[in-house]
Amino acid sequence: MLRYLVPALIAFAAGPAAANKVFVSNERGNSVTVLDSDTWEVLTEFPAGNRPRGITISPDGRELYVCASDDDLVRVFDPETYREMHTLPSGPDPELFVLHPSGNPLYIANEDDNLVTVVDTQSHTVLAEIPVGVEPEGMGVSPDGAWVVNTSETTNMAHFIDTSDFKIKHNVLVDQRPRFAQYSADGTKLFVTSEIGGTISVMDIADGGAPTLVDKIGFEVPGVLPEWLQPVGARITSDGKWLFVALGPANRVAVIDAETNAVVEYIPVGQRVWQLGFTPGEEFLITTNGNSNDITIIDVAAQKAIKSVQVGQQPWGVVVAPD
Amino acid sequence: MILRVAAMVAGMLAGLGAACAADIRAAVLRVDYPALAPISRFERVPDDLGFAGAALATEDNMTTGSFLGHSYVTETVAVSPEDAAGAVDALLADGVDLFVLLARDDDFLTLADRIGAAGLVFNAGARQTRLRDAECRANTIHVTPSHAMLADAVAQFTIWKKWPRWLLVQGSNPGDRALGAAYQNAAAKFGAKIAETREFEDTGGSRRTDTGHVLVQKQLPVFMQGAPRHDVVIAADASDVFAPYLPYHLWDPRPVMGAAGLRPVSFHAAHEAWGATQFQRRFEALTGRYLMEPDYDTWLALRVLGEAVTRTNGADIAALRSYILSDDFELAAFKGVPVTVRPWNGQLRAPVLLFDGRITVSVSPQDGFLHQVSPLDTLGLDRPESRCTAFE
Repeated sequence: MLRYLVPALIAFAAGPAAANKVFVSNERGNSVTVLDSDTWEVLTEFPAGNRPRGITISPDGRELYVCASDDDLVRVFDPETYREMHTLPSGPDPELFVLHPSGNPLYIANEDDNLVTVVDTQSHTVLAEIPVGVEPEGMGVSPDGAWVVNTSETTNMAHFIDTSDFKIKHNVLVDQRPRFAQYSADGTKLFVTSEIGGTISVMDIADGGAPTLVDKIGFEVPGVLPEWLQPVGARITSDGKWLFVALGPANRVAVIDAETNAVVEYIPVGQRVWQLGFTPGEEFLITTNGNSNDITIIDVAAQKAIKSVQVGQQPWGVVVAPD
Repeated sequence: MILRVAAMVAGMLAGLGAACAADIRAAVLRVDYPALAPISRFERVPDDLGFAGAALATEDNMTTGSFLGHSYVTETVAVSPEDAAGAVDALLADGVDLFVLLARDDDFLTLADRIGAAGLVFNAGARQTRLRDAECRANTIHVTPSHAMLADAVAQFTIWKKWPRWLLVQGSNPGDRALGAAYQNAAAKFGAKIAETREFEDTGGSRRTDTGHVLVQKQLPVFMQGAPRHDVVIAADASDVFAPYLPYHLWDPRPVMGAAGLRPVSFHAAHEAWGATQFQRRFEALTGRYLMEPDYDTWLALRVLGEAVTRTNGADIAALRSYILSDDFELAAFKGVPVTVRPWNGQLRAPVLLFDGRITVSVSPQDGFLHQVSPLDTLGLDRPESRCTAFE
């Protein structure tokens, strides 16, 4: 470990100031790989508990959160030293989570227990447990923090949780196995990916937060069986123009014009592409490719893949440290 | 738990304004036959076989239903073959018209006919292809795969491997021969060659193998000797009489597939891909044991029902049936692709897992086997060859 760490630190210190650290959770490798967003070189890899999946970072960049699914808790690491600072109670089998825009609290999907757990990141205590549908997975938060959306994979719903009282106020049926929920930056739209249904449900969000299902986006790639076009992770640019969607075993990221809901491009990436993360300025989008054990870096403006980098075993999630 | 469910119903109904209340009562009827213990202790039949899958499916349906005002009650009934008809009559008289049946093929037909056109029947146990062919029934959705689907799944794998020459060994009971016929059809369909078909006679209680491994090791190779050149041994042993002894006791060293070695299954307890891990964990937490095929088939039958109730927002039998048979119906079943239903014979389309006893070795349909409707239709009886007219 030291052998890797020392040259890595030197290289990092010598790099340009614009570089950010990229953190990739490796589900089967039980580790987090750290890369440099300028050189795209691997800086180090550190142990992150058993079956790390969801990964995110506090807005101030001081705390890195990892869902250690098989440890039934969230591990919190120092993004500088990679030492574990503490853990957070998460409920059983935490898979994916989302931070309130302020950095507190953390909303966690407990896949085995049909719950969303709300955890205070300062006091390290559970604030609420909210019963949701079967196999909760996707977690999205509205930009104003008033709503958290959870998707349940077997119930096939998006549950809209009011963060002021932790009660579900709206439920919307979507297609089979909803995996991810992504609000637009202005909060007027919500996109929910359905892995087995092969679609994205597009909802308009009214001022009070009420959703209306307005469209479904499908996918078509010549030479690829429709069954393999399985939307999973999704990210939208902050100007609301481009939605990027990981298509799992189709090994492609779809680029969608978020104003017309038309798919304009399919970018080939690594195998079984799962989750996505932007660099802070949205110049680059990073994809985790679970079956080829690598990440692919996409030039967002050019809508092209520029590079793939080997990481650990079965990369699952990715987050980039803020500036 | 009860408190939580109650709170959910109270607190969340507001979500979907159009929710209308529906109470869904279904029965899972399992016919228990007198049978020898399985050859392997690992396959010991638990008392809650199938019913455990029903319990999980009912919990899943209840959770989803709590957001929609739908409630589910599932009765589980285990009966002897003689008492099966009476049990169906009693359930019908009690107002139950949704049934999941775990019964052998002839009994399945008798019971499905007894339930009649006013009911809806899910087949979670009878696998003979004839029930999907000339003897199909309009009131039946076959959730469990047919022998034809299972045999085709194996055949595609042998062709993909370029092991096209089969030595087919089938048992002497009618069910074994029906399974053997499914393998013969599969060979013809996908271009495999059956070098020879051999029949292993079921001599009743005194199994050749009762005497333990010493005699098996001496006698089985003799039974298997003198076969023409072949790449693989295919075992058609629906009665669990001999197949598990075949691997390692052949004359020629060859892989065994079918009823032993590489087995085609609807599901198995080690399967992890496509989110199956969480399904296995939920099942094990609820039941305290590993899942078996009838558990999965029963779970899936009740989930097909639950999904139809969710999407049609009601419990009307005709509406449920027509939705399940429509192009709109699809369901995630931890197999990587949505499962759907063939509208012309009521068979659920689903991938078949090829299981070696420890891991998923492969999943059929194999790459490269194409079909104008769905790759899943390369498995089992296809529309042009079907003699089923009940759905027309």
